[in-house]
Amino acid sequence: MNRKATWFDYVNVLILMLVVVICLYPFIYMIAVSMSGGGPISQGKVWLYPVDFNLDMYRYVFEDGRILTGYKNTLIYVALGTACSLLVTVLGAYPLSKKQMVFQKPIMLMIVLTMFINGGMIPTFLVVRGLGLLDSIWAMVLPGLISTWNLIIMRTFFLGIPKELEESAKVDGLSDIGILFKIVLPISQAVIASVGLFYAVGIWNGFMSPLLYLRSEELYPLQLFLRNIVLSSEMTGSGAPVSGNIVVVEPAMKYAAIIISTLPILCVYPFLQKYFVKGVTLGSVKG
Amino acid sequence: MRHEILNKKSWIARVRQDRYLLLLVLPCVLYYLIFKYGPMLGIVIAFKDYNLHRGIWDSPWVGFKWFNHFMNSRDFWPVLKNTFVLGFMKLLFGFPAPIILALLINEVRHAFFRRFVQTVSYLPHFISNVIVAGIMTMFLSPRNGIINELISFLGFDRINFLVEESWFRSIYVSSEIWQHLGWSTIIYLAALSTIDIQQYEAARLDGANRWQTTWNITMPGIAPTALIILILDIGKVLEIGFEKVYLLATPAVYSKADIISTYVYRVGLSEGKYSYATAIDLFTGMISIIFIISANWASRRINGNSLW
Repeated sequence: MNRKATWFDYVNVLILMLVVVICLYPFIYMIAVSMSGGGPISQGKVWLYPVDFNLDMYRYVFEDGRILTGYKNTLIYVALGTACSLLVTVLGAYPLSKKQMVFQKPIMLMIVLTMFINGGMIPTFLVVRGLGLLDSIWAMVLPGLISTWNLIIMRTFFLGIPKELEESAKVDGLSDIGILFKIVLPISQAVIASVGLFYAVGIWNGFMSPLLYLRSEELYPLQLFLRNIVLSSEMTGSGAPVSGNIVVVEPAMKYAAIIISTLPILCVYPFLQKYFVKGVTLGSVKG
Repeated sequence: MRHEILNKKSWIARVRQDRYLLLLVLPCVLYYLIFKYGPMLGIVIAFKDYNLHRGIWDSPWVGFKWFNHFMNSRDFWPVLKNTFVLGFMKLLFGFPAPIILALLINEVRHAFFRRFVQTVSYLPHFISNVIVAGIMTMFLSPRNGIINELISFLGFDRINFLVEESWFRSIYVSSEIWQHLGWSTIIYLAALSTIDIQQYEAARLDGANRWQTTWNITMPGIAPTALIILILDIGKVLEIGFEKVYLLATPAVYSKADIISTYVYRVGLSEGKYSYATAIDLFTGMISIIFIISANWASRRINGNSLW
């Protein structure tokens, strides 16, 4: 495939560079503003790197306390939710990959059907309320316990495991549960990582279910506090209010809050990207 | 008779034989029954006058009262139209964009640059809707948002994007594309990688240029994937995600931004009209099902590809 570069190649690289800039620049800009002084920001001098470098707004956001509470709650929900979701998904996907299992077809149909029809916002809310889950940790775990998409990804992977592997284990006297934990899971680490990451990101970023199911502020996850800080119109009014000995620079403070709550994802993303991609390509194979 | 007994026995025997597998799948089945099928039963309140104290079953039946109520309300057409127009715009721009980007990435021969573009363009997909709405709001702010700084730097008048309703749809659709464009290319890039390289070499020997190979080999190669995605997208035209519209909409732009899910949230959970809100949800759910069935049917008629 050694062809000479044509004008098309140059234009193509140019277009793709533009896509890269559009995807990355907002983050660079936000980091720059969040670390700049109030003067340069209001004069519009900050656009690529911090001017009058300082970390006052980061200190302010942490001292405010809300972000810390949100962080703590979100970490709990992500850890607990991902563990529960992953466990139930693995346990469910394995039997469903056994096409000869009794009831396999009706259960599969029952699951796939929910991708096209659902009860809707209010009836789901009533079920969650009826179970007494409202305003509790479990409201963040149970209603979204399984994502059908993730279940299908997992099942598709299990379908691809050679039958001989499991049959020989059966001859050795292992039960189905033994086969799953001793034979299947050890060779499924990549797909478990993919699905676990999808669950974790989903819970980390979730906004609607905490909005619907949580009432008390001490249970709020990061995203709800973030909405109140970033999107509440002009929470600090105009001018530069003083809090303690820090002068609050509104845009810098909001961008600092955004950067703080995105940082974990920005940091781990480059290393875990391949698992995400693997998950999508697995899911797209028709099962 | 004997045959029946034999069959029954073998059926019980199969349950016994698969008992461990059934045990494993049990939590999963319970989840779907409680949290997916439970709410489907709850849809009956759309035909009742649901009252908190009397519960779902003892509340009186009212037939199609809430559906009539919705269709005769003055919110009916604006809300339906907003949802449809927004969904259609998202489909119109959001469906072809990843195909084009995937084709462009596929033409890159420098492996490192290619991987770099992919990695960077997937990133926005992992940013929460709250943050994307926050970024949009702040970048578009008339006071010191960077977009308006740019506009005034170029010598034009600042635009107050967030309170001018004519801008709402463009803002929503472009934020959707920013967030999901790169990520949506994955599936097309996977389809592109399955196309046989020999086809390209044979075409080149026949003197086909790049444009011709793209049109005659690449495009047919990803067409089945694209069609499946299109069917699914058409089914989702009315199911616009609640989160971002809710977060981006300010009261000033409600006339364009009020869509079915935000409306259901407002009348249902904020005003407590559970039955009315459920009826609206059911009504749009039905339309969505009609959409996806027709899209599937059309696709099967045209070239034999379909979801089922």
